[in-house]
Amino acid sequence: MALMKLTSPHAHAAQNTAAVMRLVLLATLPGLLALTAFFGWGSLINILIAGTVAVGLEALVMNLRSRPVMFYLSDYSALVTAVLLGLSLPPLAPWWVVVIGTGFAILIAKHLYGGLGYNPFNPAMVGYVVLLISFPVQMTAWPAPLLLYPEGVATPGFWESLQVVFPLLSPDNVDAVTAATPLDTFKHNSGLLVAQLYEKDPLFSRASLAGLGWEWVNLGFLAGGCFLLVRRVFTWHAPVAMLTSLALCAALFYDSGSSASHGSPLMHLLSGGTMLGAFFIITDPVTSATSNRGRLVYGALIGILIFIIRSWGSYPDAVAFSVLLMNFAAPLIDNYTLPRTYGHQKPRRATEKKE
Amino acid sequence: MADISYREIAHNGLWKNNPALVQLLGLCPLLAVTGSVVNALGLGLATMLVLTASNTAISMIRNHVSEAVKIPAFVMIIASFTTCTELLMQAFTYELYTILGIFIPLIVTNCIILGRAEAFACKNKVAASALDGFMMGSGFGLVLLLIGTIREILGNGTLFANMHLLFGPMAEHWTLHLFGEGYGFLIAVLPPGAFLVAGMLIALKNIIDKRIETRRAAKQAPVTSGSKRVRTTGAIS
Repeated sequence: MALMKLTSPHAHAAQNTAAVMRLVLLATLPGLLALTAFFGWGSLINILIAGTVAVGLEALVMNLRSRPVMFYLSDYSALVTAVLLGLSLPPLAPWWVVVIGTGFAILIAKHLYGGLGYNPFNPAMVGYVVLLISFPVQMTAWPAPLLLYPEGVATPGFWESLQVVFPLLSPDNVDAVTAATPLDTFKHNSGLLVAQLYEKDPLFSRASLAGLGWEWVNLGFLAGGCFLLVRRVFTWHAPVAMLTSLALCAALFYDSGSSASHGSPLMHLLSGGTMLGAFFIITDPVTSATSNRGRLVYGALIGILIFIIRSWGSYPDAVAFSVLLMNFAAPLIDNYTLPRTYGHQKPRRATEKKE
Repeated sequence: MADISYREIAHNGLWKNNPALVQLLGLCPLLAVTGSVVNALGLGLATMLVLTASNTAISMIRNHVSEAVKIPAFVMIIASFTTCTELLMQAFTYELYTILGIFIPLIVTNCIILGRAEAFACKNKVAASALDGFMMGSGFGLVLLLIGTIREILGNGTLFANMHLLFGPMAEHWTLHLFGEGYGFLIAVLPPGAFLVAGMLIALKNIIDKRIETRRAAKQAPVTSGSKRVRTTGAIS
C-alpha cells in the first residue's frame, strides 16, 4: 500500500483491519439477499465454497511462510475476498470453478505478491478474470431469475441447487435454467427499438426499473455501500466518480432508444456488477489510488472503461477488466495527484527525494 | 576468458547462466510460442541451430574483423543463418513454419544470439564457441520445451499433440489425452499462462539453487581446532 504523507489534523483510527472487514462483510448482506431472492441459492453456495477454500488456503500459506496463522486469519481479509468473488460468480457455477477462482485469488493474486497490503491487483477480480478467460462457457451461463422460469419447471430449492453445483450428488443430472442478462440482451439486440425491447422481453417488461432481479441486486449493493460510506469505511470519491462517468457515457451513447442503443444510463447503473464494483471493489484501499483527487480520476476512468468494454467488447460484463486495468494505473495516478501539503505553494513531486 | 573448461561451458549454458531462466533473454518467443510441445520444440531447435552456427562462424572470423564493424558483421552472419534455418523449415516442416510465423525470422533479434557472440564467441576458440552456442541453445530449448509441456498439459489436457508437424507421419498418433475429452483451461494456453509458468520455473530454479547452496555451506562449515581467541589488540601484520 502506498501511503501518502498527509498533514494534521489526523483523525484517530477507531477501526482496525478486522473491524473494517467485518463491516464490509455485513454490508454485502442486502445484495446477497437480493441475489438469493431472485436467482436462488447459488450465490450463497458460491460464498460457502469460496469462503472455506479461501480460509483454508490462507492458513496453509501463512503456515508455509512461518507466520502466525490465527493472527492473519482473524483479520477477515481472505473471507472478504472469497465473499466478493462468490458474489460476482454466476450462481450455480460448478464447484470446481469456484475453487480454482478462489485458489488463484488467494495464492497468486494475494500471497505471491506478499499478502494483504502488498497486492497490486484486487484478488477477487483476478480470480474472476482468470475464470472468465479460462471457462467462458460456465462463466457466461447466468441462471434465469426464479420469476421467469418456464411454466411447469420447478425452481431449484437448496438441495437441487447443491446438486447442480456438485454434479456428483445427483444421480439424474439436475440442470439449471439459464437466461440472458440485461447486458447480454442489449449486446445481442439487433433491430428492436429499446422501447420495443422493454415491452417484449419479460426480463424488462416485468421489472420496475431496469432488468428483473438485477435492479434489486444492484440496489442492495448500493444500500450496503451507503452504509459503509456512512460508517466512513471509505470516501465517496471513487464510487461517485465511477457511477457518474458511467452514467454520462451511457447518456451520451443512448442514441434516443434506437436499435443500436447501448442501453439507458439507468440500465447501466443497475445491471451487471456496477454497484458491487463501485462500492466493494474499487474502494479497496490497497489497490486503488490513495489521495481523494486520485480516487476521483481512478473512479472516473473505471466508469469510462466499463462502458467501453460493455458496449464494444465481447465479454458479458466489464467491471473486473476495468478494475484490473486501472489497478495497473493507480501508482501513476498517485504520482500526478499528490495533495498539496499545508504551507507549500504547490504539491511536491512524488519523485522528489529531499525531505 | 582464457581457458574455460568444456564442463563449465555446459554447466553455464544449461543451468547456471541459463538464457531463459537467469539471463531472461529471448522472452518474446519464450512467451509467445510455447503453447504446445511441438511449437516449443520447433522454435527451440531452430534457435539452437542458429546459435551454434553463428557462434562457430563468429569465432572463426574473430581475429579478422575490426572493432568498428564488429556488430554489423555479427548481425549479418546471424541473419544469414536465420534465413537458412527459415528456408530449411519452409522446405521440410512447412506447416510448423506457418504456425511459428514471424517468430522464426525474429530469431535474428533474439538477444541471446548477439549476446553470446559478443560475450563469448568473439573472445574464444572455435571449438569452445561452438559448444557454448550449442549449450546455450540447448538450455534455452529445454526451458521452451518444459514451458510448452506444462502449458499444453494444463491448457488442453493433451501431450505431444500435432507432433507430426515436426516428425512426419509416424508421429500422427503420439497425442496423449490426459484428462479426457472436453477438458480445457484456456488461460494456460493464452499469454498470461506463459508468464505464470515462466515465473514459477524461475522461482523453482532459485529454490533449487538456494538448497544446493545451503547444503554446500553446511558441508564446508569450517572446522577450527585449538585456540579460538580473537585478537583484539596490537597491530595485524
